[in-house]
Amino acid sequence: MTACSTQVVELRGVGKSFAGTPVLADIDFAVERSEVVCVIGPSGSGKSTLLRCINLLEQPDQGTVAVLDQELTDPDCDIDSARRRIGMVFQQFNLFPLHTALENCALAPRTVLGMNRREARERARAELDRVGLGDQIASYPAHLSGGQQQRVAIARALAMAPELMLFDEPTSALDPELVGDVLASIRQLAVAGMTLIIVTHEMAFAREIADRVIFMDGGRIVESGPPEAVIDAPRQSRTQTFLQRITDRAPSPG
Amino acid sequence: MRLSRRRRARIVRAVQYLVLAAVACVAGLLADWPTIGHTFFDPALIRQTLVHGLGLALWHTVAYTVGAFVLGMVAGTLLALMRLSSIGPYRWLATAYIEFFRGLPALVVFIAFSLLPLAFPSLSIPFDPYGTVWLALGIVGSAYMAETIRAGIQAVPKGQIEAARSLGMTPAQTMRHVALPQAFRIMIPPLTNELIMLIKDSSLVFIVGLSASDFDLTKFGRASANANVNITPLVVAGLGYLAITLPLSILVRRMEARTARTR
Repeated sequence: MTACSTQVVELRGVGKSFAGTPVLADIDFAVERSEVVCVIGPSGSGKSTLLRCINLLEQPDQGTVAVLDQELTDPDCDIDSARRRIGMVFQQFNLFPLHTALENCALAPRTVLGMNRREARERARAELDRVGLGDQIASYPAHLSGGQQQRVAIARALAMAPELMLFDEPTSALDPELVGDVLASIRQLAVAGMTLIIVTHEMAFAREIADRVIFMDGGRIVESGPPEAVIDAPRQSRTQTFLQRITDRAPSPG
Repeated sequence: MRLSRRRRARIVRAVQYLVLAAVACVAGLLADWPTIGHTFFDPALIRQTLVHGLGLALWHTVAYTVGAFVLGMVAGTLLALMRLSSIGPYRWLATAYIEFFRGLPALVVFIAFSLLPLAFPSLSIPFDPYGTVWLALGIVGSAYMAETIRAGIQAVPKGQIEAARSLGMTPAQTMRHVALPQAFRIMIPPLTNELIMLIKDSSLVFIVGLSASDFDLTKFGRASANANVNITPLVVAGLGYLAITLPLSILVRRMEARTARTR
Protein backbone atom coordinates (compact mmCIF):
# COMPACT_ATOMS: atom_id res chain seq x y z
CA MET A 1 0.00 0.00 0.00
CA THR A 2 1.47 3.30 -1.07
CA ALA A 3 0.72 6.12 1.30
CA CYS A 4 1.34 8.81 -1.28
CA SER A 5 -1.21 7.46 -3.76
CA THR A 6 -3.93 10.00 -4.42
CA GLN A 7 -6.13 7.58 -6.35
CA VAL A 8 -9.04 6.50 -4.13
CA VAL A 9 -11.14 4.60 -6.66
CA GLU A 10 -10.05 2.95 -9.84
CA LEU A 11 -12.33 0.91 -12.11
CA ARG A 12 -10.82 -0.76 -15.15
CA GLY A 13 -12.87 -2.32 -17.90
CA VAL A 14 -15.84 -2.96 -15.59
CA GLY A 15 -18.81 -4.69 -17.20
CA LYS A 16 -22.01 -5.98 -15.65
CA SER A 17 -25.13 -7.66 -17.03
CA PHE A 18 -28.42 -8.50 -15.36
CA ALA A 19 -30.04 -11.61 -16.84
CA GLY A 20 -28.20 -11.15 -20.12
CA THR A 21 -28.95 -7.42 -20.40
CA PRO A 22 -25.77 -5.35 -20.22
CA VAL A 23 -26.01 -2.49 -17.69
CA LEU A 24 -22.38 -1.48 -17.57
CA ALA A 25 -19.99 -1.83 -20.48
CA ASP A 26 -16.24 -1.42 -20.29
CA ILE A 27 -16.18 1.33 -17.68
CA ASP A 28 -12.88 3.03 -16.85
CA PHE A 29 -13.29 5.41 -13.98
CA ALA A 30 -10.96 6.88 -11.39
CA VAL A 31 -11.46 9.25 -8.48
CA GLU A 32 -8.75 11.21 -6.68
CA ARG A 33 -8.59 11.83 -2.97
CA SER A 34 -10.91 14.68 -1.86
CA GLU A 35 -12.50 14.80 -5.27
CA VAL A 36 -16.27 15.28 -5.50
CA VAL A 37 -17.75 13.46 -8.49
CA CYS A 38 -21.41 13.68 -9.45
CA VAL A 39 -22.84 11.01 -11.73
CA ILE A 40 -25.84 12.05 -13.79
CA GLY A 41 -27.83 10.36 -16.53
CA PRO A 42 -31.25 9.00 -17.43
CA SER A 43 -32.75 6.19 -15.35
CA GLY A 44 -31.47 2.80 -16.45
CA SER A 45 -28.21 4.32 -17.62
CA GLY A 46 -26.22 2.28 -15.09
CA LYS A 47 -25.38 5.08 -12.62
CA SER A 48 -26.54 3.19 -9.54
CA THR A 49 -24.96 -0.05 -10.72
CA LEU A 50 -21.67 1.77 -11.24
CA LEU A 51 -21.87 3.12 -7.68
CA ARG A 52 -22.79 -0.29 -6.26
CA CYS A 53 -19.83 -1.87 -8.05
CA ILE A 54 -17.47 0.43 -6.12
CA ASN A 55 -18.25 -1.29 -2.79
CA LEU A 56 -19.06 -4.56 -4.50
CA LEU A 57 -22.76 -4.61 -3.56
CA GLU A 58 -22.85 -5.63 -7.22
CA GLN A 59 -20.15 -8.01 -8.36
CA PRO A 60 -18.86 -6.90 -11.78
CA ASP A 61 -18.79 -9.57 -14.48
CA GLN A 62 -15.66 -8.12 -16.05
CA GLY A 63 -12.87 -5.79 -15.07
CA THR A 64 -11.31 -4.81 -11.78
CA VAL A 65 -12.37 -2.50 -8.97
CA ALA A 66 -9.69 -1.04 -6.71
CA VAL A 67 -10.52 1.19 -3.76
CA LEU A 68 -7.90 2.74 -1.49
CA ASP A 69 -5.16 0.63 -3.05
CA GLN A 70 -6.99 -2.60 -2.45
CA GLU A 71 -8.30 -4.66 -5.33
CA LEU A 72 -11.84 -5.57 -4.24
CA THR A 73 -12.47 -7.85 -7.22
CA ASP A 74 -9.57 -10.03 -6.11
CA PRO A 75 -11.23 -13.20 -4.75
CA ASP A 76 -8.84 -13.14 -1.77
CA CYS A 77 -9.83 -9.61 -0.78
CA ASP A 78 -11.57 -9.28 2.61
CA ILE A 79 -14.55 -7.33 1.35
CA ASP A 80 -16.02 -6.77 4.84
CA SER A 81 -12.96 -4.95 6.11
CA ALA A 82 -12.68 -3.01 2.83
CA ARG A 83 -16.27 -1.79 3.17
CA ARG A 84 -15.54 -0.23 6.57
CA ARG A 85 -13.63 2.47 4.70
CA ILE A 86 -16.40 3.06 2.12
CA GLY A 87 -19.52 4.77 3.41
CA MET A 88 -22.74 4.26 1.48
CA VAL A 89 -26.01 6.19 1.57
CA PHE A 90 -29.07 4.77 -0.17
CA GLN A 91 -32.02 6.34 -1.91
CA GLN A 92 -34.44 4.63 0.49
CA PHE A 93 -32.28 5.38 3.60
CA ASN A 94 -32.41 1.74 4.76
CA LEU A 95 -32.21 2.67 8.43
CA PHE A 96 -32.60 -0.19 10.90
CA PRO A 97 -36.23 0.23 12.02
CA LEU A 98 -35.89 -1.43 15.44
CA HIS A 99 -33.03 0.85 16.49
CA THR A 100 -33.11 4.48 17.54
CA ALA A 101 -31.15 7.05 15.55
CA LEU A 102 -28.30 6.73 18.04
CA GLU A 103 -28.31 2.92 17.92
CA ASN A 104 -28.40 2.99 14.13
CA CYS A 105 -25.14 4.93 14.20
CA ALA A 106 -23.56 2.96 17.06
CA LEU A 107 -24.33 -0.56 15.83
CA ALA A 108 -21.56 -0.96 13.26
CA PRO A 109 -18.85 0.79 15.32
CA ARG A 110 -19.69 -1.66 18.10
CA THR A 111 -20.01 -4.87 16.09
CA VAL A 112 -17.54 -4.19 13.28
CA LEU A 113 -14.92 -1.93 14.89
CA GLY A 114 -15.24 -3.64 18.29
CA MET A 115 -15.79 -0.39 20.19
CA ASN A 116 -17.34 -0.66 23.63
CA ARG A 117 -20.85 0.61 24.09
CA ARG A 118 -19.90 3.98 25.51
CA GLU A 119 -17.29 4.76 22.85
CA ALA A 120 -19.68 3.75 20.07
CA ARG A 121 -22.44 5.93 21.48
CA GLU A 122 -20.14 8.90 21.81
CA ARG A 123 -19.04 8.50 18.21
CA ALA A 124 -22.67 8.11 17.09
CA ARG A 125 -23.77 11.18 19.00
CA ALA A 126 -20.97 13.27 17.50
CA GLU A 127 -21.96 12.24 13.98
CA LEU A 128 -25.64 12.96 14.63
CA ASP A 129 -24.65 16.38 15.94
CA ARG A 130 -22.66 16.94 12.76
CA VAL A 131 -25.76 16.38 10.59
CA GLY A 132 -27.85 18.56 12.91
CA LEU A 133 -29.83 15.78 14.62
CA GLY A 134 -28.32 15.92 18.08
CA ASP A 135 -31.82 16.39 19.48
CA GLN A 136 -33.25 13.29 17.77
CA ILE A 137 -30.90 10.60 19.11
CA ALA A 138 -33.68 8.67 20.85
CA SER A 139 -36.12 8.74 17.91
CA TYR A 140 -36.98 5.67 15.90
CA PRO A 141 -36.70 6.00 12.11
CA ALA A 142 -40.48 5.75 11.72
CA HIS A 143 -40.86 8.94 13.75
CA LEU A 144 -38.43 10.95 11.65
CA SER A 145 -39.12 12.79 8.42
CA GLY A 146 -37.51 11.49 5.24
CA GLY A 147 -34.93 14.24 5.36
CA GLN A 148 -34.06 13.44 8.96
CA GLN A 149 -33.87 9.73 8.17
CA GLN A 150 -31.46 10.38 5.34
CA ARG A 151 -29.28 12.50 7.59
CA VAL A 152 -29.25 9.70 10.18
CA ALA A 153 -28.17 7.40 7.35
CA ILE A 154 -25.34 9.79 6.54
CA ALA A 155 -24.32 9.91 10.21
CA ARG A 156 -24.48 6.11 10.37
CA ALA A 157 -22.04 5.85 7.46
CA LEU A 158 -19.79 8.56 8.90
CA ALA A 159 -19.62 6.80 12.26
CA MET A 160 -17.38 4.22 10.61
CA ALA A 161 -14.93 7.03 9.75
CA PRO A 162 -14.88 6.14 6.06
CA GLU A 163 -12.36 7.57 3.63
CA LEU A 164 -14.84 7.63 0.77
CA MET A 165 -18.59 8.15 0.65
CA LEU A 166 -20.99 6.87 -1.98
CA PHE A 167 -24.42 8.48 -2.35
CA ASP A 168 -27.06 6.70 -4.42
CA GLU A 169 -29.68 9.33 -5.30
CA PRO A 170 -29.78 10.55 -1.70
CA THR A 171 -32.60 13.04 -2.25
CA SER A 172 -34.76 11.24 -4.83
CA ALA A 173 -37.14 9.79 -2.24
CA LEU A 174 -37.60 13.07 -0.38
CA ASP A 175 -40.30 15.71 -0.47
CA PRO A 176 -38.86 18.81 -2.17
CA GLU A 177 -38.84 20.89 1.00
CA LEU A 178 -36.69 18.31 2.80
CA VAL A 179 -33.98 18.10 0.16
CA GLY A 180 -32.09 21.18 1.36
CA ASP A 181 -31.01 19.81 4.76
CA VAL A 182 -29.66 16.61 3.23
CA LEU A 183 -27.74 18.50 0.56
CA ALA A 184 -26.34 20.79 3.29
CA SER A 185 -24.97 17.74 5.14
CA ILE A 186 -23.34 16.47 1.96
CA ARG A 187 -21.94 19.91 1.18
CA GLN A 188 -20.36 19.96 4.65
CA LEU A 189 -18.52 16.72 3.84
CA ALA A 190 -17.26 18.11 0.55
CA VAL A 191 -15.95 21.21 2.30
CA ALA A 192 -14.21 19.01 4.89
CA GLY A 193 -12.31 17.31 2.07
CA MET A 194 -14.09 13.92 2.01
CA THR A 195 -13.96 12.00 -1.25
CA LEU A 196 -17.53 11.83 -2.56
CA ILE A 197 -19.22 10.04 -5.42
CA ILE A 198 -22.83 11.15 -5.76
CA VAL A 199 -25.46 9.80 -8.12
CA THR A 200 -27.98 12.59 -8.34
CA HIS A 201 -30.67 14.36 -10.33
CA GLU A 202 -30.07 17.67 -8.55
CA MET A 203 -28.34 19.58 -11.34
CA ALA A 204 -27.97 22.82 -9.40
CA PHE A 205 -26.36 20.94 -6.54
CA ALA A 206 -24.06 19.03 -8.89
CA ARG A 207 -22.99 22.26 -10.56
CA GLU A 208 -22.25 23.84 -7.21
CA ILE A 209 -20.47 21.01 -5.44
CA ALA A 210 -18.83 18.78 -8.05
CA ASP A 211 -15.24 18.93 -9.12
CA ARG A 212 -16.22 16.67 -11.96
CA VAL A 213 -19.52 15.57 -13.49
CA ILE A 214 -19.96 12.29 -15.31
CA PHE A 215 -22.82 11.76 -17.71
CA MET A 216 -23.81 8.13 -18.25
CA ASP A 217 -26.09 6.61 -20.84
CA GLY A 218 -26.59 3.03 -21.97
CA GLY A 219 -24.10 1.67 -19.43
CA ARG A 220 -21.25 3.86 -20.65
CA ILE A 221 -19.62 7.07 -19.53
CA VAL A 222 -20.57 9.42 -22.34
CA GLU A 223 -19.08 12.64 -21.08
CA SER A 224 -16.89 13.65 -18.18
CA GLY A 225 -15.48 16.97 -17.06
CA PRO A 226 -15.94 19.96 -14.79
CA PRO A 227 -19.59 20.90 -14.19
CA GLU A 228 -19.42 24.09 -16.20
CA ALA A 229 -18.40 21.98 -19.20
CA VAL A 230 -20.70 18.95 -18.82
CA ILE A 231 -23.80 20.67 -17.46
CA ASP A 232 -23.55 24.14 -19.03
CA ALA A 233 -21.85 23.35 -22.31
CA PRO A 234 -22.23 19.65 -23.08
CA ARG A 235 -20.50 18.46 -26.24
CA GLN A 236 -22.29 15.15 -26.72
CA SER A 237 -25.76 15.21 -28.22
CA ARG A 238 -27.02 12.60 -25.72
CA THR A 239 -25.94 14.81 -22.82
CA GLN A 240 -27.63 17.79 -24.45
CA THR A 241 -30.88 15.87 -24.94
CA PHE A 242 -30.86 14.63 -21.35
CA LEU A 243 -30.18 18.02 -19.82
CA GLN A 244 -32.77 19.63 -22.05
CA ARG A 245 -35.35 17.08 -20.97
CA ILE A 246 -34.82 17.54 -17.25
CA THR A 247 -34.68 21.34 -17.41
CA ASP A 248 -37.77 21.52 -19.62
CA ARG A 249 -39.94 19.30 -17.47
CA ALA A 250 -41.31 22.02 -15.16
CA PRO A 251 -43.77 24.35 -16.90
CA SER A 252 -46.90 22.66 -18.17
CA PRO A 253 -49.53 24.71 -20.01
CA GLY A 254 -52.36 26.02 -17.86
CA MET B 1 -95.18 -4.32 -3.36
CA ARG B 2 -91.57 -3.20 -3.89
CA LEU B 3 -89.47 -2.68 -0.81
CA SER B 4 -86.56 -0.32 -0.70
CA ARG B 5 -83.20 -2.03 -0.42
CA ARG B 6 -82.62 -0.75 3.08
CA ARG B 7 -86.02 -1.92 4.26
CA ARG B 8 -85.44 -5.37 2.79
CA ALA B 9 -82.08 -5.63 4.54
CA ARG B 10 -83.75 -4.75 7.84
CA ILE B 11 -86.34 -7.53 7.40
CA VAL B 12 -83.63 -10.06 6.55
CA ARG B 13 -81.78 -9.13 9.71
CA ALA B 14 -84.94 -9.51 11.82
CA VAL B 15 -85.56 -12.98 10.37
CA GLN B 16 -81.97 -14.01 11.20
CA TYR B 17 -82.46 -12.94 14.83
CA LEU B 18 -85.77 -14.83 14.96
CA VAL B 19 -84.17 -18.05 13.70
CA LEU B 20 -81.43 -17.73 16.32
CA ALA B 21 -83.98 -17.17 19.08
CA ALA B 22 -86.07 -20.13 17.92
CA VAL B 23 -83.07 -22.49 17.91
CA ALA B 24 -82.10 -21.30 21.38
CA CYS B 25 -85.66 -21.90 22.66
CA VAL B 26 -85.87 -25.39 21.21
CA ALA B 27 -82.45 -26.30 22.63
CA GLY B 28 -83.41 -24.86 26.00
CA LEU B 29 -86.68 -26.79 26.13
CA LEU B 30 -85.42 -30.11 24.78
CA ALA B 31 -82.14 -30.38 26.67
CA ASP B 32 -82.01 -32.22 29.96
CA TRP B 33 -80.36 -29.43 31.95
CA PRO B 34 -80.05 -31.15 35.33
CA THR B 35 -78.26 -34.13 33.76
CA ILE B 36 -76.03 -31.85 31.69
CA GLY B 37 -75.21 -29.78 34.75
CA HIS B 38 -74.44 -32.84 36.82
CA THR B 39 -72.36 -34.57 34.13
CA PHE B 40 -70.30 -31.62 32.94
CA PHE B 41 -70.31 -29.13 35.81
CA ASP B 42 -70.62 -31.08 39.06
CA PRO B 43 -69.61 -28.45 41.69
CA ALA B 44 -68.23 -30.98 44.16
CA LEU B 45 -66.08 -32.57 41.46
CA ILE B 46 -64.93 -29.19 40.19
CA ARG B 47 -63.74 -28.36 43.69
CA GLN B 48 -62.08 -31.74 44.11
CA THR B 49 -60.31 -31.45 40.73
CA LEU B 50 -59.10 -27.96 41.43
CA VAL B 51 -57.66 -28.93 44.79
CA HIS B 52 -56.21 -32.31 43.86
CA GLY B 53 -53.81 -32.32 40.99
CA LEU B 54 -55.02 -29.71 38.52
CA GLY B 55 -52.19 -27.32 39.38
CA LEU B 56 -49.57 -30.02 38.92
CA ALA B 57 -51.11 -31.17 35.64
CA LEU B 58 -51.20 -27.58 34.40
CA TRP B 59 -47.55 -27.19 35.35
CA HIS B 60 -46.63 -30.39 33.48
CA THR B 61 -48.44 -29.26 30.33
CA VAL B 62 -46.57 -25.95 30.48
CA ALA B 63 -43.23 -27.69 31.12
CA TYR B 64 -43.71 -30.17 28.27
CA THR B 65 -44.68 -27.36 25.89
CA VAL B 66 -42.07 -24.79 26.83
CA GLY B 67 -39.21 -27.28 26.55
CA ALA B 68 -40.49 -28.45 23.17
CA PHE B 69 -40.91 -24.86 21.99
CA VAL B 70 -37.37 -23.90 22.97
CA LEU B 71 -36.01 -27.01 21.28
CA GLY B 72 -38.20 -26.37 18.24
CA MET B 73 -37.04 -22.75 17.99
CA VAL B 74 -33.36 -23.68 18.14
CA ALA B 75 -33.73 -26.52 15.64
CA GLY B 76 -36.16 -24.49 13.53
CA THR B 77 -33.76 -21.53 13.28
CA LEU B 78 -30.98 -23.91 12.28
CA LEU B 79 -33.21 -25.57 9.68
CA ALA B 80 -34.32 -22.19 8.33
CA LEU B 81 -30.70 -21.07 7.93
CA MET B 82 -29.96 -24.39 6.22
CA ARG B 83 -32.86 -23.84 3.83
CA LEU B 84 -31.46 -20.43 2.95
CA SER B 85 -27.91 -21.75 2.63
CA SER B 86 -26.00 -21.41 -0.61
CA ILE B 87 -24.82 -25.00 -0.14
CA GLY B 88 -27.17 -27.39 -1.94
CA PRO B 89 -26.99 -30.43 0.35
CA TYR B 90 -27.88 -28.30 3.40
CA ARG B 91 -30.95 -27.01 1.55
CA TRP B 92 -31.98 -30.49 0.48
CA LEU B 93 -31.54 -31.97 3.96
CA ALA B 94 -33.56 -29.20 5.59
CA THR B 95 -36.30 -29.40 2.95
CA ALA B 96 -36.55 -33.18 3.34
CA TYR B 97 -36.76 -32.91 7.14
CA ILE B 98 -39.38 -30.16 7.03
CA GLU B 99 -41.59 -31.85 4.44
CA PHE B 100 -41.34 -35.18 6.27
CA PHE B 101 -42.23 -34.03 9.77
CA ARG B 102 -44.74 -31.42 8.64
CA GLY B 103 -46.65 -34.05 6.74
CA LEU B 104 -46.66 -36.55 9.58
CA PRO B 105 -49.35 -36.47 12.30
CA ALA B 106 -47.79 -35.65 15.67
CA LEU B 107 -49.52 -38.79 16.93
CA VAL B 108 -47.36 -40.97 14.65
CA VAL B 109 -44.18 -39.35 15.95
CA PHE B 110 -45.30 -39.97 19.53
CA ILE B 111 -46.10 -43.60 18.79
CA ALA B 112 -42.67 -44.00 17.21
CA PHE B 113 -41.07 -42.56 20.35
CA SER B 114 -43.14 -44.87 22.55
CA LEU B 115 -41.76 -47.82 20.57
CA LEU B 116 -38.13 -46.68 20.71
CA PRO B 117 -37.38 -48.48 24.01
CA LEU B 118 -38.61 -51.71 22.41
CA ALA B 119 -36.23 -51.33 19.50
CA PHE B 120 -33.28 -50.04 21.54
CA PRO B 121 -33.58 -51.44 25.07
CA SER B 122 -30.30 -49.81 26.10
CA LEU B 123 -31.38 -46.37 24.88
CA SER B 124 -32.14 -43.87 27.58
CA ILE B 125 -33.29 -40.33 26.88
CA PRO B 126 -32.22 -37.90 29.61
CA PHE B 127 -34.79 -36.17 31.85
CA ASP B 128 -37.40 -38.83 31.13
CA PRO B 129 -40.29 -38.42 30.59
CA TYR B 130 -39.59 -34.75 29.85
CA GLY B 131 -36.75 -35.55 27.46
CA THR B 132 -38.91 -37.87 25.36
CA VAL B 133 -41.79 -35.40 25.20
CA TRP B 134 -39.52 -32.47 24.40
CA LEU B 135 -37.82 -34.43 21.63
CA ALA B 136 -41.03 -35.77 20.06
CA LEU B 137 -42.88 -32.42 20.22
CA GLY B 138 -39.75 -30.45 19.38
CA ILE B 139 -39.12 -32.50 16.24
CA VAL B 140 -42.65 -31.88 14.99
CA GLY B 141 -42.64 -28.22 16.07
CA SER B 142 -39.25 -27.44 14.53
CA ALA B 143 -40.53 -28.43 11.07
CA TYR B 144 -43.33 -25.87 11.29
CA MET B 145 -41.21 -23.21 12.95
CA ALA B 146 -38.43 -23.58 10.37
CA GLU B 147 -40.83 -22.52 7.63
CA THR B 148 -42.13 -19.59 9.68
CA ILE B 149 -38.60 -18.46 10.47
CA ARG B 150 -37.48 -18.81 6.86
CA ALA B 151 -40.43 -16.74 5.65
CA GLY B 152 -39.67 -14.15 8.33
CA ILE B 153 -36.02 -13.86 7.31
CA GLN B 154 -36.99 -13.54 3.67
CA ALA B 155 -39.50 -10.82 4.52
CA VAL B 156 -36.70 -8.56 5.77
CA PRO B 157 -36.18 -5.98 2.99
CA LYS B 158 -33.06 -6.47 0.88
CA GLY B 159 -32.03 -2.86 1.57
CA GLN B 160 -31.54 -3.75 5.25
CA ILE B 161 -29.04 -6.45 4.36
CA GLU B 162 -27.27 -4.14 1.92
CA ALA B 163 -27.07 -1.36 4.51
CA ALA B 164 -25.55 -3.71 7.07
CA ARG B 165 -23.09 -5.23 4.60
CA SER B 166 -22.00 -1.84 3.30
CA LEU B 167 -21.14 -0.86 6.88
CA GLY B 168 -18.69 -3.76 6.89
CA MET B 169 -20.77 -6.30 8.82
CA THR B 170 -20.07 -9.91 7.94
CA PRO B 171 -22.98 -12.08 6.76
CA ALA B 172 -23.17 -13.60 10.25
CA GLN B 173 -23.22 -10.19 11.99
CA THR B 174 -25.84 -8.99 9.52
CA MET B 175 -28.00 -12.00 10.29
CA ARG B 176 -27.61 -11.61 14.04
CA HIS B 177 -27.90 -7.85 14.50
CA VAL B 178 -30.12 -6.79 11.59
CA ALA B 179 -32.02 -9.60 9.85
CA LEU B 180 -33.03 -11.94 12.70
CA PRO B 181 -34.37 -9.27 15.10
CA GLN B 182 -36.62 -7.91 12.35
CA ALA B 183 -37.55 -11.39 11.20
CA PHE B 184 -38.65 -12.36 14.72
CA ARG B 185 -40.96 -9.34 14.90
CA ILE B 186 -42.59 -10.47 11.69
CA MET B 187 -42.82 -14.01 13.06
CA ILE B 188 -44.53 -13.22 16.38
CA PRO B 189 -48.10 -13.95 15.22
CA PRO B 190 -47.37 -17.21 13.36
CA LEU B 191 -45.02 -18.40 16.11
CA THR B 192 -47.79 -17.80 18.64
CA ASN B 193 -50.01 -20.05 16.57
CA GLU B 194 -47.32 -22.71 16.62
CA LEU B 195 -46.89 -22.38 20.37
CA ILE B 196 -50.62 -22.84 20.87
CA MET B 197 -50.56 -25.86 18.58
CA LEU B 198 -47.71 -27.31 20.67
CA ILE B 199 -49.68 -26.72 23.87
CA LYS B 200 -52.52 -28.74 22.43
CA ASP B 201 -50.27 -31.41 20.91
CA SER B 202 -48.63 -31.87 24.31
CA SER B 203 -51.81 -33.80 25.18
CA LEU B 204 -50.35 -36.64 23.10
CA VAL B 205 -47.80 -37.41 25.81
CA PHE B 206 -50.06 -40.14 27.14
CA ILE B 207 -48.84 -42.23 24.19
CA VAL B 208 -45.33 -42.51 25.61
CA GLY B 209 -46.72 -43.78 28.88
CA LEU B 210 -46.64 -41.62 31.99
CA SER B 211 -46.77 -42.37 35.67
CA ALA B 212 -49.52 -40.51 37.53
CA SER B 213 -47.01 -38.03 38.94
CA ASP B 214 -46.19 -36.84 35.40
CA PHE B 215 -49.74 -36.47 34.05
CA ASP B 216 -50.47 -33.49 31.82
CA LEU B 217 -53.84 -31.73 31.74
CA THR B 218 -55.57 -34.12 29.32
CA LYS B 219 -54.32 -37.33 30.89
CA PHE B 220 -55.15 -36.01 34.36
CA GLY B 221 -58.65 -34.93 33.33
CA ARG B 222 -59.31 -38.19 31.57
CA ALA B 223 -58.08 -40.35 34.46
CA SER B 224 -60.15 -38.41 36.93
CA ALA B 225 -63.21 -38.48 34.64
CA ASN B 226 -62.90 -42.26 34.30
CA ALA B 227 -62.50 -42.73 38.03
CA ASN B 228 -65.57 -40.63 38.84
CA VAL B 229 -67.66 -41.71 35.83
CA ASN B 230 -68.30 -38.04 35.21
CA ILE B 231 -67.08 -35.63 32.52
CA THR B 232 -66.59 -32.68 34.85
CA PRO B 233 -62.81 -33.21 35.44
CA LEU B 234 -62.24 -33.20 31.68
CA VAL B 235 -64.13 -29.92 31.42
CA VAL B 236 -61.93 -28.47 34.13
CA ALA B 237 -58.83 -29.75 32.30
CA GLY B 238 -60.13 -28.13 29.12
CA LEU B 239 -60.54 -24.83 30.94
CA GLY B 240 -56.95 -25.34 32.10
CA TYR B 241 -55.81 -25.13 28.46
CA LEU B 242 -57.77 -21.92 27.99
CA ALA B 243 -56.15 -20.58 31.17
CA ILE B 244 -52.83 -20.90 29.31
CA THR B 245 -53.79 -19.90 25.79
CA LEU B 246 -56.03 -16.89 26.49
CA PRO B 247 -53.49 -14.92 28.56
CA LEU B 248 -50.88 -15.88 25.95
CA SER B 249 -53.00 -14.42 23.16
CA ILE B 250 -53.52 -11.21 25.12
CA LEU B 251 -49.81 -10.93 25.92
CA VAL B 252 -48.83 -11.40 22.28
CA ARG B 253 -51.40 -8.87 21.12
CA ARG B 254 -49.90 -6.37 23.58
CA MET B 255 -46.40 -7.13 22.28
CA GLU B 256 -47.54 -6.58 18.71
CA ALA B 257 -49.15 -3.28 19.64
CA ARG B 258 -45.92 -2.21 21.33
CA THR B 259 -43.70 -3.08 18.38
CA ALA B 260 -46.16 -1.38 16.04
CA ARG B 261 -45.08 1.86 17.65
CA THR B 262 -41.52 1.57 16.32
CA ARG B 263 -42.85 1.24 12.80
